[in-house]
Amino acid sequence: MTTLAFPIPRPTHPTGIWNWITTIDHKKIGVLYGVTAFILFLSGGIEALLMRIQLAGPGQDIVSAEIFNQLFTMHGTTMIFLAIMPLSAAFFNFVIPLQVGARDVAFPRLNAFSYWTFLAGAIILKISWFTGGATNAGWFGYAPLTSVQQNPGTGIDYWIVSLQVLGIASLAASFNFLVTIINMRAPGMSFMRLPLFTWMTFITNILIVLAFPVITVALIELYFDRSFGMNFFNVARGGDPVLWQHLFWVFGHPEVYILILPAMGIVSEILPTFSKKPLFGYPAIVLAGAIIAFMGWMVWSHHMFTVGLGPIPITVFTITTMAIAVPTGIKVFNWMGTMWGGAMDFKTPMLYAVGFVAMFTIGGISGVMHSMASSDAQQQDTYFIVAHIHYVLFGGAIFAIFAGIFYWFPKITGRMYNETLGKINFWVTFVGFNIAFFPQHFLGLDGMPRRIYTYDSAMGWDFWNGVSTFGAIVLAIGVLIFMHNIVKSWRKGEIAGDDPWDGRTLEWSIPSPPPEYNFEEIPTVYDRDDWWARKRREVRRAVPVAGGSGEDEEHHDIHLPQPSYWPLVVAIGIFIGGIGLIYPVGTYAISIVGVLIGMIAVYAWSFEPVNDPEDGEQAAH
Amino acid sequence: MLKSVVSLKRLMGAVLLGALAVLLTGCNIVTPDHPQSTFDTLGPVAANQLFIFWVIFWAGVVVFIAVEAALIYMVFKFKRRDDRDPAQTHGNTRLEITWTIVPVIVLIVAAVPTVLGIFYADAGRFVSADTKGQYLEIDTIGHQWWFEFRYPHPTNPGEQIAVANEIYIPIGEPVVFLLDSVDVIHSFWVPKLGGKVDMIPNNDNMLWYQADAPGEYYGQCVEFCGVSHANMRFKVVAVPREEFDAWLLYQANPAPEPSDALAAQGKKLFRDAGCSGCHADSSSVIKLREDGSRIPGRTGPILTHVASRLNHLGIYRNSDVDFEDASGSRQLYVNSAGIPTNLNTGRPFVNESMLQSNLKVWITDPEALKPGNLMSRDGEPYIDPANKLTEQEIDALVAYLMTLK
Repeated sequence: MTTLAFPIPRPTHPTGIWNWITTIDHKKIGVLYGVTAFILFLSGGIEALLMRIQLAGPGQDIVSAEIFNQLFTMHGTTMIFLAIMPLSAAFFNFVIPLQVGARDVAFPRLNAFSYWTFLAGAIILKISWFTGGATNAGWFGYAPLTSVQQNPGTGIDYWIVSLQVLGIASLAASFNFLVTIINMRAPGMSFMRLPLFTWMTFITNILIVLAFPVITVALIELYFDRSFGMNFFNVARGGDPVLWQHLFWVFGHPEVYILILPAMGIVSEILPTFSKKPLFGYPAIVLAGAIIAFMGWMVWSHHMFTVGLGPIPITVFTITTMAIAVPTGIKVFNWMGTMWGGAMDFKTPMLYAVGFVAMFTIGGISGVMHSMASSDAQQQDTYFIVAHIHYVLFGGAIFAIFAGIFYWFPKITGRMYNETLGKINFWVTFVGFNIAFFPQHFLGLDGMPRRIYTYDSAMGWDFWNGVSTFGAIVLAIGVLIFMHNIVKSWRKGEIAGDDPWDGRTLEWSIPSPPPEYNFEEIPTVYDRDDWWARKRREVRRAVPVAGGSGEDEEHHDIHLPQPSYWPLVVAIGIFIGGIGLIYPVGTYAISIVGVLIGMIAVYAWSFEPVNDPEDGEQAAH
Repeated sequence: MLKSVVSLKRLMGAVLLGALAVLLTGCNIVTPDHPQSTFDTLGPVAANQLFIFWVIFWAGVVVFIAVEAALIYMVFKFKRRDDRDPAQTHGNTRLEITWTIVPVIVLIVAAVPTVLGIFYADAGRFVSADTKGQYLEIDTIGHQWWFEFRYPHPTNPGEQIAVANEIYIPIGEPVVFLLDSVDVIHSFWVPKLGGKVDMIPNNDNMLWYQADAPGEYYGQCVEFCGVSHANMRFKVVAVPREEFDAWLLYQANPAPEPSDALAAQGKKLFRDAGCSGCHADSSSVIKLREDGSRIPGRTGPILTHVASRLNHLGIYRNSDVDFEDASGSRQLYVNSAGIPTNLNTGRPFVNESMLQSNLKVWITDPEALKPGNLMSRDGEPYIDPANKLTEQEIDALVAYLMTLK
């Protein structure tokens, strides 16, 4: 096998499709993540629009009950695992090495592997639409609805395998970013000088590392139940479906913070930049993020208030959930403190960031309402919850991601987006979002359950459902404007310059788009907002504090890792192996092929030669 | 520039005032007249939960107005006007401590009624060793996609009386629902009576409701349970205790023998076509096991008194008269024989022609009303074209079912 690997030289494609396929440059991988995740975001949006059209009026028959159930299951799974998480990962990739002053992530090939494995997981989930029906048991997949007796088709299997593959991608990426943030910080970049986005990325990746093993175990148990007749959740043999719920939500609640903490990080970058003020209460915001992440592990059963846990557990989880409002409130108030007395420039990123604070507050308030188990008994599983999650995940996470895309667009592309279109885009999205989701509060309090494919006119839900669908269409128009702006500006936008926003963090100190090696010379960091301070000549300390690593005396030579085929090949092996788990023909023959491909590729990866070592080091001066 | 800011301010003010006006008038937002509104509480559990809702709602409104107003103020007040840097503040310890402590206090205050409400809604105290047997306990069993209810037999302790998709409860007293499921997880909810509790196989759950006024209340499954989750609904009819007793005794009666030829043909067909394989039609009484535990009934809803139900499948009305008229006075009572009766005409409340039409639509194409249901998936007449029911046979079955009063 070694003879198979060694004769293949490392790829050297300066441009073109092979360059993108073999790249291990964190910036290009970031772009790959972003573009892929945005396309998947659109697919999830189309799923949502179909549901909204079905529900626009009572008793409609545009999609069947079965298709509707697949739509909402795929919409949830897509938006969480294939849109928001990888869009956040796109920013981790592009921004983190720049913000900590590094030339790449700690493990560049592993980073490429994360992307290709994520793509494999996404493809596995999405092709299930065309292989006899997608998963239809809700993104939470409650047992025993996922059992082979209830759900004999392959939809659930695709879902299980896809989430496992995505889990591998997420875990690999998380370890990579944790190591990058811990080990690759520039000299002087102590933890309390880290930009807030880096901080929130750090916390998010700790959550991913701890949370994904739990869902992995649950999914393996479910797979064993379905494929090998085991009885973890099989009620006929005494299995307990509540066990699934505990496992799922022990993962699922930290997952909520995995979705929102990066968004909070993005907003914490944008508000100070466009207010021309440092972040108000930096230590408090960092600490609040850490506390939210920690307490996120103590609240999972608030998803299970109606499961019949008994009054004492319900009381405990009510109180822990209410408590989590405190650090969340600290963040909101500190963001407002940042804006207070500032010189705010309402460019598109700032509009989205302020929109985030406004909308996330609404979602936070309804979240506190849900934490109160007794009144939540009336709201659980109604449209009130649907409204809440969209206020935190769309008005929250997606608004922040849009803010981040506009904010870093000039850095990523070197070009400026169209500001007028950006502002129109914001207002259409903002108005459409509120028309689509605010009325869902009313529907929920009016007793409309979630996940129903139809309702009759006698229930009195026609009007607000019609309004909500109208809002969804406006929202879709907003997204179209966004796409138009991005695509057009990427090709023909004005040249942006290195630092168009008078930025505060290190990524604005280098050219746009950044060169492959990021920093000609690894900077030494003297201040929390080092680049801002450098521009204002406000560097307070002459010597860097301990912390960070950097390249001490030898930073004149830039050593860059070279492209590689093998991360992609390993991901292909995982893809084939996964498909083999869904179709176990010939005693998992397909899986065995996939595993072999993966093993060979890992072996080749380990012993990959460096092409002409002299070329690997370019002189910077 | 200044002028446009001022006019924008005016515009925002007008929009805010308008939005507030819509909220306060409550038109189309707080809609107690809707059948599943949580604002029209007709029992103490729902009333308690609504009270807690209002506590946190108004606290939320205060936070909402404070944050959003401050945001709007800042958006206008702290606009960038020149290139100078504003004052560089890094924090304010006293302020930060304040906005940490104040929410803690608000939450502690809000937690008190919440925790009391959690214990208030718990049904445990009605089935404790001291109270066992004092309150009506209804076995409530979820099926894909219908609700089965079993009452203790009023005279024979070893038996239960089964009904489906529509129940009667006595007003003014707590009623305990013992929740179970035979397949997947369902959830039991009557919004006007109170919050929901899930029905989980292998887990004994319960909840209590009390209806303070006579009425017909809507209920719906709220835990996603498969294809026809949206169609898993039921009705609760609350009547005074003596009417309830009469109704329950009547439900214990066996079904009458059909007298006309068409109905008799239907009864024979009910057996020949396989309906009776899943549906009981002669008696609602089911014996308990020696140890007092429940035995499973047949797979499908019990049909012994299907023609006395006010709603078909717990969804479609069998009556053109509402439980109450527009002025709120009752139109329905249960007569001493146990029959739901129209208070004005003294005739049965169920409208024969509506019942007939509902039954016929259902038997002709059950898949259209409840996609994925077991009958159209497994029922002989629906899966085997050779055994498909003719129009005449459907009429005969409907005629028979209509005798099951």
